[in-house]
Amino acid sequence: MRASVGLPLTHESAALHVTGAALFTDDLVLRTPRLLHAHPVQAPHAHARVTRLDVAPAYDVPGVVRVLTAADVPGVNDAGIKQDEPLFPDEVMYRGHAVCWVLGETLEAARLGAAAVQADYDVLPAIVSVTDAITAESFQGARPTVERGDVEAALASAAHVFSGVTEMAGQEHFYLETHASLALVDEAGQVFVQSSTQHPTETQEIVAHVLGRHSHDVTVQCLRMGGGFGGKEMQPHGFAAVAALGATLTGRPVRLRLTRQQDITMTGKRHGFHATWQVGFDEGGCLQALDVTLTSDGGWSLDLSEPVLARALCHVDNAYWIPHVRAHGRVARTHKTSQTAFRGFGGPQGMLVIEDILGRCAPRLGVDPMELRRRNFYVEGQSTPYGQPVRHPERAGLAWDQVVVEGRVRERLAEVEAFNAAHPHTKRGLAVTPVKFGISFNFTAFNQAGALVHVYKDGSVLINHGGTEMGQGLHTKMIQVAATALGVPLERVRLAPTRTDKVPNTSATAASSSADLNGGAVKDACDQILARLEGVAGDTWEERVRSAYLQRIQLWAAGFYRTEGIHWDAALMSGHPFKYFAYGAAAAEVEVDGFTGAYTTRRVDIVHDVGDSLSPLVDVGQIEGGFVQGAGWLTLEDLRWDDADGRLLTQAASTYKLPSFSEMPPELHVTLLPMAHEDGAVYGSKAVGEPPLMLAFSVREALRQAAAAFGPPGTSVELASPATPEAVYWALERARSSAEVLVR
Amino acid sequence: MAEVTVNGTTRPLAGTPVHCTALDFLRGLGLTGAKEGCAEGECGACSVLVARPDGRDGAGSAWTALNSCLVPAAALDGQEVVTAEGLGDPGDLHPVQRELADRGGSQCGYCTPGFVCSMAAEYYRAGRRANGRADHEHGPNGFDLHALSGNLCRCTGYRPIRDAAWALGDPDVADPLAVRRTSPAPAPAATRLADGVGEFVRPASLAEALGLLAGHPDATVLAGATDVGVEVNLRGARPAYVVAVDRLPELRAVSLDPIQIGAALTLSEVERALDGAVPLLDRVWPQFASRLIRNGATIGGNLGTASPIGDLPPALLALEATLVLSSADGDREVPLAGYFTGYRETLLRPGELIRSVRVPRPLAGLTAFHKISKRRYDDISSVAVAVALDVTDGVVTRARIGLGGVAATPIRARATEAALEGRPWTEATADDAAAVLAGEGTPMDDHRASAAYRAAMLGQSLRKLWAEVAA
Repeated sequence: MRASVGLPLTHESAALHVTGAALFTDDLVLRTPRLLHAHPVQAPHAHARVTRLDVAPAYDVPGVVRVLTAADVPGVNDAGIKQDEPLFPDEVMYRGHAVCWVLGETLEAARLGAAAVQADYDVLPAIVSVTDAITAESFQGARPTVERGDVEAALASAAHVFSGVTEMAGQEHFYLETHASLALVDEAGQVFVQSSTQHPTETQEIVAHVLGRHSHDVTVQCLRMGGGFGGKEMQPHGFAAVAALGATLTGRPVRLRLTRQQDITMTGKRHGFHATWQVGFDEGGCLQALDVTLTSDGGWSLDLSEPVLARALCHVDNAYWIPHVRAHGRVARTHKTSQTAFRGFGGPQGMLVIEDILGRCAPRLGVDPMELRRRNFYVEGQSTPYGQPVRHPERAGLAWDQVVVEGRVRERLAEVEAFNAAHPHTKRGLAVTPVKFGISFNFTAFNQAGALVHVYKDGSVLINHGGTEMGQGLHTKMIQVAATALGVPLERVRLAPTRTDKVPNTSATAASSSADLNGGAVKDACDQILARLEGVAGDTWEERVRSAYLQRIQLWAAGFYRTEGIHWDAALMSGHPFKYFAYGAAAAEVEVDGFTGAYTTRRVDIVHDVGDSLSPLVDVGQIEGGFVQGAGWLTLEDLRWDDADGRLLTQAASTYKLPSFSEMPPELHVTLLPMAHEDGAVYGSKAVGEPPLMLAFSVREALRQAAAAFGPPGTSVELASPATPEAVYWALERARSSAEVLVR
Repeated sequence: MAEVTVNGTTRPLAGTPVHCTALDFLRGLGLTGAKEGCAEGECGACSVLVARPDGRDGAGSAWTALNSCLVPAAALDGQEVVTAEGLGDPGDLHPVQRELADRGGSQCGYCTPGFVCSMAAEYYRAGRRANGRADHEHGPNGFDLHALSGNLCRCTGYRPIRDAAWALGDPDVADPLAVRRTSPAPAPAATRLADGVGEFVRPASLAEALGLLAGHPDATVLAGATDVGVEVNLRGARPAYVVAVDRLPELRAVSLDPIQIGAALTLSEVERALDGAVPLLDRVWPQFASRLIRNGATIGGNLGTASPIGDLPPALLALEATLVLSSADGDREVPLAGYFTGYRETLLRPGELIRSVRVPRPLAGLTAFHKISKRRYDDISSVAVAVALDVTDGVVTRARIGLGGVAATPIRARATEAALEGRPWTEATADDAAAVLAGEGTPMDDHRASAAYRAAMLGQSLRKLWAEVAA
């Protein structure tokens, strides 16, 4: 029988998606009688003490059933795992912070009830921008350093030394489905929460500690998410807890769904970063030393800021060998939403720094940027700054060389040059950038997973595993893994929604590693069952299963997987945190209008390493989607905060723009790197969720080169991130005037 | 009795709150395919199909995709709606659903039913032909990607959705939705719905509408609901008295000579009716919001809401348009250049409606529209410049320039016009006038753009025009 892994299957729910039959958490409202709706009271200050909270007027609003405040919390009044996120705060830490929640018979009643709540505030000074936080030395959490070699000596002896500042904005997840939870209590007091969560176990744990109950009193289920991207890794817990608290207090089901505006103003985003750097090259343009301080904008609480920072520090090298490195990191505390996981988890921010450095320094060194990048690639035998040997470093070069050939990059560079010579008001740029991204959670303990596989007497198979489905095709892959492992047709396998009472103690569906981890666990369960079926007679799978049942052989199994060979010392910031690296390369061509800075991406070619693909259609979808999302972060998506009053100015779809059809490159070619089998991962596959996002650096570098083409040869261009049309306009204006020295 | 036909089944509107959106109404029926993604008509997750007149003298109908999050349920009284559930089911997929599913067009699936509906509208578009006009926005099957410009997907990056759209064939002759196009769309129903919060009235005639407005001077006039719907959803507006005027026959007339456009025609209808007669407006349509919005928003609504960053006013100012305003006291005609009196304030008196827009002929020979925004489709301009020039024997004989985004109202760039008129049409003239244009208005800093960039864009506009003409 042909293996099911490797088949280009459509998403397992595709037919349900396109017909509207697929249910998301908030689609359960009509199926849940006597439901109450929750609405927050959001504070209008970035930083303030709540001096009075009078909820009585809310009860005068017809249909208001209950107002939830800190006094109602029987357990711990905290929505996080670090005890720094009060669920019902007495100190407002960002503008839009919810101080209490109103439950109503209708959403309209809850909304009007929330508007009726009277709150008084003692306004406190606020720090909004990361630069203000740096000035005020407002930091939180650990301040780790990754260090190797002697940076001072290497910089002192380097032929070329440059320094600069690189700033990059954050990014709103803008999953199309906003946060949603629906909680109810059964006859025995068991709390059942349906939540749009990437981390059902942690949602369960936080609901339990808010309610003052044990984990076994709470079950969390996630049918599917309308996108997560990291935004539902830590952020859903408090909302689930509010719904659960409401359900336990009223005895009625409670639904909490954020509006888009509430979601954008209340939930964390990708961290913006500020970096100061000094870099040294030798005469030949080889990197010698990098001294960099990364300051992330953590927002009001720690959330996942420390691990995000750790991953950023572990990715400032990207695919490049830098002998002497000191990468110091710190998390700014600002009065903003608590910034959190977002596809790439700090990796993109770390990598942007080195790509920005190379893009700015190439003209100063007089080296072609493609040549400068290729020259500095890791080779076999070298290690990362945190001490992990770089396995398969040649794959970055293979992907690069293949994309250069398949994308006809050399010929097209000549065409770009000719075009630019002939067009004074329009310039094109074509850039190639690499990706090397470490796979596994930095925190070693998270690299475990469980699964439950049932074989029923009729031979049908039901699988459960600890991962959640947010569109990334994890469930599709798990069905393929189970069918392959058991040797049964795909139609025999059904997958049940993720629930904490089926598979306990799960890790977040995050770090790109869910197919690796849960796939390993599913395969383990299947292998156990197959081992028990060894020697059981029967011409067909069904006959063997039936026969095994009659012989009293156990037909179900709990599978478990843990990633071997990894370790990490968070104090020393060294070790072997990653099972392997995922590689890729992208070539992007853009065209920039010199009058406005407006641009189009004309063509993108990608070669990306997914190992032996478990599911090629799914993997190509992840690569393309990740690339476009990365391009959105780097070019279009523009989070703007009012630095004086802490208000998010772009808090709606009308002001925060994510890529639409107009940003899709008309030509987009994706190839999976051939012969990329990964030993020790499930069926030789590799993680794919995050790494492709960083292929979008090619667009940013192409924009930089197009802007530079408006100036004299050798112009070094400083480009803001995001590189909006306005930012590109100012960059090309500076290139035109060429008055500024951009890299000092 | 007020009712809506949803996927072929008649559903009563009785008991539905006046301010309930069509989206919430449909979801309340258990049709949860349409989703709320933004509640302001930007993402299209709520897209549904509505049978609308196809513009051929009422003979046929066109399946028209609308943002159901913006339209009040009450506005659909008597209408026919089809949702993703009505197009097919998991065991029997519609061709649009089949292509999207097979090509990896859905990942998380949340935006997908909305894409299905927008794509189905284009699938059923009568004029869609495999006409060899394939380019980066048009498929070999005639599918115009702008049909999907109002739908956002955060997962796929759009390529597989495009491939699905471009793989579509023609509807089967027996396809009931294709057949439905050959008979007239449902007529608007005279509607009166009230609850304790508000009242929704759809009058049957202009006279009745003007009478209602005379009696309710504070009434909210509703057309496509693309503005009022946002106020309701995002800012908690609950207007007490709503008068729907978008289907009034007197407000839906159109003629080409003279050019007169009924205020209640949607932008899609205007585009179809003008059919290229006003080249400057053809530059505006693809950049005006999205197809989903243009299917609902009316030309009168865009002028009535009087936003300083609306896309049409700069173009209509450059075209020297006039407005016909109607009230119970009769009609009056005012030049658009004098219509805007302050930030979101106009000459409109209580009880007065915009009836039509007139564009004088002859049209200027040289026109341009430059909209500056972050995103090319479905964005709001930071600056918009519309230019209409007459050049006779190498001399600029008439110059009209409309600006958006640089003052409290849309404005004419009169100093720039004066700097152009009577001068030879040369690069030097364009440069000199560009410098004047850079100083027009009072641009501001905001989240869309800096004041400096706005001023710079004013200055670049005529240079860009010159370069385009010279090229």
